[in-house]
Amino acid sequence: MAAVRVPPPFPFFLVLALSISAAATTVLQPISDHHRSAALNLFVLSHGSFHSLQDAYEALRVFEILGIEEKQRVGTDTFNGILKCKVNGEVFKGIASRLKASISDASPLPDLYYSIGSLVLIKDQDSNVDVHLADAPGTFQSIKALSQSDGKWRYSSDKTESSAYATGLALEALAGVISLASSEIDHSKVNTVKSDILKLFDSIEKNDDVNFYFPEESVGVNEHQDSLSTTSSVVRGVTAFAAVVSGEINLPGDKTLGLAKFLLGTGIPGNAKDFFNQVESLAFLESKRVSIPLILSLPETVYSLTKKGQLKVRVSTALGSAAPPLIVKLVRAFSSGAKDSTIIESKELQYDKRSGLHVLDAFTNNVDVGSYVFVFEIVLRDSRSEQVYATGGQFHVPIYVTGIIEVSNAEIGVLGDLGSAETKKVLDLAGNGIVSLSANHLQKLRLSFHLTTPYGHVFKPHQAIFKLRHETKVEHMFVVGNVAKKFEITLDFLGLVEKLFYLSGKYDIELTVGDAAMENSFIRLLGHVKLDLPEAPEKAAQPPPPPVDPYSRYGPKAEITHLFRAPEKRPPQNLSITFLALILLPFLGFLIGYWRSSVALCTFLVEAGPVHHSQDSRLFGSFLDVFWPQNSFLSCFDINQVEICMREANNLYL
Amino acid sequence: MARSTSKDAQDLFRALWSAYSATPTNLKIIDLYVMYAVFTALIQVVYMAMVGSFPFNSFLSGVLSCVGTAVLAVCLRIQVNKENKEFKDLAPERAFADFVLCNLVLHLVIMNFLG
Repeated sequence: MAAVRVPPPFPFFLVLALSISAAATTVLQPISDHHRSAALNLFVLSHGSFHSLQDAYEALRVFEILGIEEKQRVGTDTFNGILKCKVNGEVFKGIASRLKASISDASPLPDLYYSIGSLVLIKDQDSNVDVHLADAPGTFQSIKALSQSDGKWRYSSDKTESSAYATGLALEALAGVISLASSEIDHSKVNTVKSDILKLFDSIEKNDDVNFYFPEESVGVNEHQDSLSTTSSVVRGVTAFAAVVSGEINLPGDKTLGLAKFLLGTGIPGNAKDFFNQVESLAFLESKRVSIPLILSLPETVYSLTKKGQLKVRVSTALGSAAPPLIVKLVRAFSSGAKDSTIIESKELQYDKRSGLHVLDAFTNNVDVGSYVFVFEIVLRDSRSEQVYATGGQFHVPIYVTGIIEVSNAEIGVLGDLGSAETKKVLDLAGNGIVSLSANHLQKLRLSFHLTTPYGHVFKPHQAIFKLRHETKVEHMFVVGNVAKKFEITLDFLGLVEKLFYLSGKYDIELTVGDAAMENSFIRLLGHVKLDLPEAPEKAAQPPPPPVDPYSRYGPKAEITHLFRAPEKRPPQNLSITFLALILLPFLGFLIGYWRSSVALCTFLVEAGPVHHSQDSRLFGSFLDVFWPQNSFLSCFDINQVEICMREANNLYL
Repeated sequence: MARSTSKDAQDLFRALWSAYSATPTNLKIIDLYVMYAVFTALIQVVYMAMVGSFPFNSFLSGVLSCVGTAVLAVCLRIQVNKENKEFKDLAPERAFADFVLCNLVLHLVIMNFLG
């Protein structure tokens, strides 16, 4: 019997809430403490300093913008401008003169950008150094000459393709030229650049009608600028230019807001360069050089009817700073599935000074379980603030309302041929009761239940699945349809025998009802049904093979014992010793027999005649030595006597 | 009937024994040597039957050594037997020397095959 899987409501709801909030990417969050802690993890000192001067600058700039006090850990000999290092003025003079000399009409844009930018930095460091450009209008014109009709700039005069990234560099360089000019630049030229900026923003890319950005570009053969770098470059350039010119650039507020939304939409970037680009660009957007975008965000977008929460809205700048006095209005709220039906209209949220949030009380009284879209609008209290801030029209925010769905009137039964109920049982889906049914192929199985929202409305879950699982683990799933509140499924086994592969036996019945807005989604084992189906015909489809247990295929295998050489089979030691003794017995027997026969021979040979030397005697002596190391003849007589014996022996043998 | 059979067997055994007693002593010694070699081979076969033939070449070496030396001893017996007219011109010492030399060659091979 399969275990009943009814997940506990709260953790399941939390997982769903997190998944829903992750999916709602249109709800942006301004810079928060998450960014600050990410910055501390990204910009890490290595042995008390950064890898390069550029890394150090980016880190310190980010810390400065985010208000992090980590810069005190960095050595003071790192960078000027931020740390206010003391450098000899003569050094600056020398550098300034070389930079001024390098600026020429034929210089490519990056060279002009770095030279002019360095002169501007020197000017900020030491006002005594002469950094004024001799021919500022000429330099301005040479930079302007690289622009094209679409408002973008080229990198150099011999390049034909324009680039938004290059535009950012050009605008920063032009801003630098204006600030370094000893006399004012012609207003008409400045206005031309302003109109170029507007043309540039006319061709800005749009994403879901919310985010505005400049797309990624290839710069040269090997270099590639992604959309974040390109957008940051443009923002830097536009804001730098807006800071030095008189009058407004009149950038549309929705585009400024769209840029801020794009920058915030990248979340918390994973590398230091992107993080720096994001944070610095947002800081420039907030520098009052262009309209300051106001971001509307919601701390949470999933509300529970059970907990009766309040709808809370925060309005702040992109960097999380406080917004000016304003009102947040809920223009309308409608169900995601029915855009024409409005459930809430024209409500003003109350501002809570303590929390800094705009709150809509008791919105859950009117809103049932489901997914909705809330449309908000920001209205500035001070009309003068409209020139400073960009509110961006209406904000569409998806809101999910969850609640406990009532599952009632659950019944399961077996119907006969004429549709009459032969067996009917009431199910308690909240409990653990299990029913047992039996049916044959001529009968039907019917399950029905009601789903009602807390306010008594019809609720259609995302999943209402009825599953039959055979003893052999073969599963069949059916979708449960509904008519209004009543969900019902009828399985006619006569038409299903083929689908069930003619498998008779015990089937587990499982019901799954689930939805993101349902706090009590469940997978429940209802019981078993013993099906008696006819025998399968010859050509019937075979049931699928049972699923392979992944642990048996991918899990650890039994360790192989490597047998390089089988150990030698040795007999028992007692047996070996016994046979060793047995092997010696015939030899002992031979020795005994030889001793007895040689005694007789010795006796016979003593009666032999005179001795004379012969070859035979030596051979016979050696014969005796071979057979009998301990020559028993020695006990009888010496070698002379052996000769005597040999002679007689020869006489005997011949 | 059975009693006469056993009596006949005893008489036969006695006759054989008395006839064998007339055998020269040197031949008896050679017979003794042959018996020793054969019994040694038999004991090795019984041991192999009990514990198995691994290592087989060792078993073969042992058995063939015994059998080989028994065969060479039989040849020696044939050659030194005075009643055997075929080898009356062959000196027994020569036969013995052949016996020793052949045993040396046999056991050289056996020692290499022993493993």
